Amino acid sequence: MNNKPIDNIIELSNDLRWQIGDEFHDNLAEGIYADAAEIVKGSVHTAQQQKQFRLDAKIDKIITSRTFGFPLMFLILAVVLWLTIIGANYPSSMLANLLLDTLHPALKSFASGIGMPWWLDGFLIDGVYLALAWVIAVMLPPMAIFFPLFTLLEDFGYLPRVAFNLDYLFKKTGAHGKQALTMSMGFGCNAAGVVATRIIDSPRERLIAIITNNFSLCNGRWPTQILIATIFIGAVVPKSLSGIASVGAVIGIAILGIFFMFMSSWALSKTVLKGEVSTFNLELPPYRPPRFWKTIYTSLIDRTLIVLWRAMVFAAPAGAIIWLISNINIADQSIAYWMINSLDSFGFLLGLNGVILVAYIVAIPANEIVIPTILMLTVLVTGIAGGEGTGVMFELESVNETGDILRAGGWTLLTAVNLMLFSLLHNPCSTTIYTIYKETKSVKWTTVATLLPVIMGLIVTFLVAQIWRLVF
Amino acid sequence: MDDKVNSVCEGCSQYSAKGLKKLGVNTDNIDFVVALAGNPNTGKSTVFNALTGLRQHTGNWPGKTVTRAEGAFEYGTQKYKLVDLPGTYSLLSTSQDEEIARNFILFGKPDVTVIMADACRLERNLNLVLQILEITDKAILCLNLMDEAKRNNISIDERTLARDLGIPVVPTSARFNEGIPELIKTISEVANGNIICKPHRIKNVPENINKAVKKLSVEIEKQFPTIPNSRWIAFRLLEGDTHIIDALKTGELV
Repeated sequence: MNNKPIDNIIELSNDLRWQIGDEFHDNLAEGIYADAAEIVKGSVHTAQQQKQFRLDAKIDKIITSRTFGFPLMFLILAVVLWLTIIGANYPSSMLANLLLDTLHPALKSFASGIGMPWWLDGFLIDGVYLALAWVIAVMLPPMAIFFPLFTLLEDFGYLPRVAFNLDYLFKKTGAHGKQALTMSMGFGCNAAGVVATRIIDSPRERLIAIITNNFSLCNGRWPTQILIATIFIGAVVPKSLSGIASVGAVIGIAILGIFFMFMSSWALSKTVLKGEVSTFNLELPPYRPPRFWKTIYTSLIDRTLIVLWRAMVFAAPAGAIIWLISNINIADQSIAYWMINSLDSFGFLLGLNGVILVAYIVAIPANEIVIPTILMLTVLVTGIAGGEGTGVMFELESVNETGDILRAGGWTLLTAVNLMLFSLLHNPCSTTIYTIYKETKSVKWTTVATLLPVIMGLIVTFLVAQIWRLVF
Repeated sequence: MDDKVNSVCEGCSQYSAKGLKKLGVNTDNIDFVVALAGNPNTGKSTVFNALTGLRQHTGNWPGKTVTRAEGAFEYGTQKYKLVDLPGTYSLLSTSQDEEIARNFILFGKPDVTVIMADACRLERNLNLVLQILEITDKAILCLNLMDEAKRNNISIDERTLARDLGIPVVPTSARFNEGIPELIKTISEVANGNIICKPHRIKNVPENINKAVKKLSVEIEKQFPTIPNSRWIAFRLLEGDTHIIDALKTGELV
């Protein structure tokens, strides 16, 4: 194509731009609004009394108020978590009964019936099948409660109000107010939260939102927090208060995550990602009564099943690997044993142990399988009889039994607290890391986003362990 | 999607008069491309789901959709590809989601652009509507959330509005599947040229700007005789939009 005429057009536009002056943009915008006003005048009629708007404004006055905004936010979070923790117990144990106590022995006897070699039987049924069964039994019930509740809040129109409440804090830290929205999405899934940062228009503020999204406790980590809090934190208070104490501990961790998010946003915007805070319009949409059943249905299908599927895809090979490292021996001891042994003293420095560190290495693909891996490896090391034996992931009958195994493995309240902290502060799962790379197209920022939380986690757990040991 | 609601609707004669077939993600051999544009949180994804049978997630906050979702439906004997765009307040884009929407309307050249507007906030929504009407002349205004407008005692004279805008106006309450059959029918009529739009062009432009725009668009039309939106390109050139300048150079606009 001959570019000459096009260059002429562009040159002409440059000349004309000088002639019309720099108020062009505003003039044009005013012109559009004037047109819009004329059109609306002719066709829209609004009756004087606007009840709905007034009701909306009244609700907004309360939930975005300086006094009630924050307490209400935490109260709503507490109610959602409470319903999730209490409600998930029963279906979880039913699923565990079915998948682990009934189906697993049935599969085992079927395998020996057809003469399957022990290693194939172990690899497939004790490794792959049990990993899948555990993920379903533990993850499906809380997700099936948490996601619909979250979606109902979202459809109602609560999320933009959260953003509105937090905007002031984000501005203070040099980040974008819309980061409140992407942070909220992160509470469901960090990968989804990272994609959602596209609503932030400044690249600087978007990077901050991406790097700090991992501080939102994601769905894969809620069950870990809930389980450990129930076993160890719930046990230090009188029985009647244990429920409240556990919920309180989990909320405490979530809030700590938000605190770390603000701190690192602030640190980033004062150092490597310096810049002005950009302004934006946040529209508070009208409250809409959610279509209850439809919301339940779509959130079950869209979120719960998709996340569950992803967890299963990652859990299957992880189960296989766990079985392999516990059954392949090097000089009389399994690979898992050597790994745990070599990491034990480092783990002690952090108030953790070798088992937990190995579990986090195995579970990089999916946070969901950290707890079953820890249990299995603990049994392996302590040699206590519980569960199914070498390299077999299992779910114990009750929370108490799980606690007994962990205590036999040398766990204390410090181990529990530091595991909860480390679960909050460690690298994002591999899906999220890949998503960060896709969104930033930068190896450098992907590395920063991956390593920053781990380093913080190591520092925090180290400090907590040292101070704890000094005090107690 | 709610299966129960669908089966009732599909039994209705108006809904399936010529047969709406939801094709999900199957976008092979399509006859027309339909874009869904509009302000954030006006129900684009809800309409998208109603037409394609897909389950693009919807939520009550601006910015829910950040990527382009595609799906398809069949009406009569023709296949339509439907593209759900991220919501935008204007086309003078800065953020990535707004740019996705603008680029598609401009470079994707959809056969029909359905502009979703919130009936309760029409005046504010018209800002985007009027900008889109500068770009394309095959558009439909879908006046969504009529149920809320009714609750708020807002009444809209759709015929006057259609006359002023020069495009068909379809009132809907997409969340309750109301008005969707009419919307489908209107899409088909605009796509097939049975309805010819004469879109409103921005009138309240200061004289000096108007002169400059005219001068420039004459030159643009000389170079690209088939271009339908020379006036809007002139606006953008005067603004110094580097994307549009690049697009002119590469010939992407034609």
